[in-house]
Amino acid sequence: MSDDTIDQPIAEEPMTLPLDAWHRARGGRMVPFAGYHMPVQYEGIMAEHLWVRESAGLFDVSHMGQLLLSGEGLDAALEALIPADVKGLKVHQQRYSLLLADNGGILDDIMITRWPGGIYMVVNGAVKFDDIGHLRDSLPDDITLNHMDEHALLALQGPKAVDALKRLAPGVETLVFMTGGRFDWAGTPLWVSRSGYTGEDGFEISIAADRAEAFADAITAEPEVRPIGLGARDSLRLEAGLPLYGHDLDPETTPVMADLGFALSKRRREEGGFPGHARIMLEREQGPAVKRVGLAVEGRQPVREGALVVDGEGSEIGRVTSGGFAPSVGAPIAMAYVAAAFAAPGSKVTLTQRGKLHQATVTAMPFVPHRYVRQGA
Amino acid sequence: MSRYFTEDHEWIDVDGDTATVGITDYAQGQLGDIVFVEVPEGGRRLAKGDDAAVVESVKAASDVYSPVSGTVIEGNAALGDDPSLVNSDPEGEGWFFKLTIADAGELESLMDEAKYQDFVSKL
Repeated sequence: MSDDTIDQPIAEEPMTLPLDAWHRARGGRMVPFAGYHMPVQYEGIMAEHLWVRESAGLFDVSHMGQLLLSGEGLDAALEALIPADVKGLKVHQQRYSLLLADNGGILDDIMITRWPGGIYMVVNGAVKFDDIGHLRDSLPDDITLNHMDEHALLALQGPKAVDALKRLAPGVETLVFMTGGRFDWAGTPLWVSRSGYTGEDGFEISIAADRAEAFADAITAEPEVRPIGLGARDSLRLEAGLPLYGHDLDPETTPVMADLGFALSKRRREEGGFPGHARIMLEREQGPAVKRVGLAVEGRQPVREGALVVDGEGSEIGRVTSGGFAPSVGAPIAMAYVAAAFAAPGSKVTLTQRGKLHQATVTAMPFVPHRYVRQGA
Repeated sequence: MSRYFTEDHEWIDVDGDTATVGITDYAQGQLGDIVFVEVPEGGRRLAKGDDAAVVESVKAASDVYSPVSGTVIEGNAALGDDPSLVNSDPEGEGWFFKLTIADAGELESLMDEAKYQDFVSKL
């Protein structure tokens, strides 16, 4: 028996995050991920996935980069690097955005929030040092970039996340999706936003590293909450139709190809001034050559990243970028980039994996409806 | 009946010249939740070490190799309906395939239970 798709360990010894011992003490199976030892699962991916959909799960996402940017002219300087309306971002508002290369390719997908002292940015773990280098090289000297590597980042996700967290940090229930604020837990400050990457309601919580264990103990003592590994985080985000950087997004893809047009704010589309604006606008008008789509895969066998998408004649028309078994759907699903002619929901395509053919249908995403708590809802 | 083990975590129960093959409890524990199993069809000839079956967990696909050479008698059809049998009863109802052994001498290179437990304890 042999694994052929599990990520290979990287050459350098992975680093340790603040909750490392906490995960091990709870039976977390640790694997190298994004340069760190991270828990891939505790009791099992399937059970953990379903628990998050019905209750609440605590994810350690401290491998991600937390950056605090401040200084005179920050909004304009950031707008030169990302397509978001930074100037229009009110205090405590959060936006999904993209760090773009000069040609409009995606260097990373990011979350930005305006805190009273500046812009708080969360970037992906695997590329955080590249992002920091890019920001330091590109931003004017007046801008201060603080890498908050003394902070842990935890995601509490699921329909009962609010019930558990409001007992520890009263007031969090007043947040709506994509807003944040400062809260207090037993004298420890928490930066909390109502957001996440599972499609469920939930929160992301930034806390000083030396208080992270105590907080993780307290929140998992709540009856709704169990610790959840990165395995279930991946299957949840796939069902939610959310792209994963390094898999579904990379410097070869543009926001239009990736179907992330919502990340291009109206003012910025009209005014321009972000990297790749001309190319991206042309792609918007003419339609991209390839587009990210969801696939419902027939049968029970998962079709995974790297499988080719072919047409009826067997000609290559695309590639699977994420795929697996969807616990809440009860069937295999995937994300792929396919030629524009095949991108409409309902299109039938064939996938080839290890010499075997699988039939699939292009499907609107998300595969499982989002349950965000929005303004006025 | 004797049971042998491979370093790739297959087990093989030998009864005369027929054998039953599956993956060990250790292997299913490493794989986690199993969502799909593809087993070989009757009549297929396998050389020792050939890819004989595929087992897929939520996270990953793995090959299952034939511990010895032989001809497949049948694959376990029950795994098509309920692949989680490999998790719940890996060394019993969750067997993968039966085969007629071509060369009993190949069994000599395999581990017995005590040796396999010792091998696993060092992983």
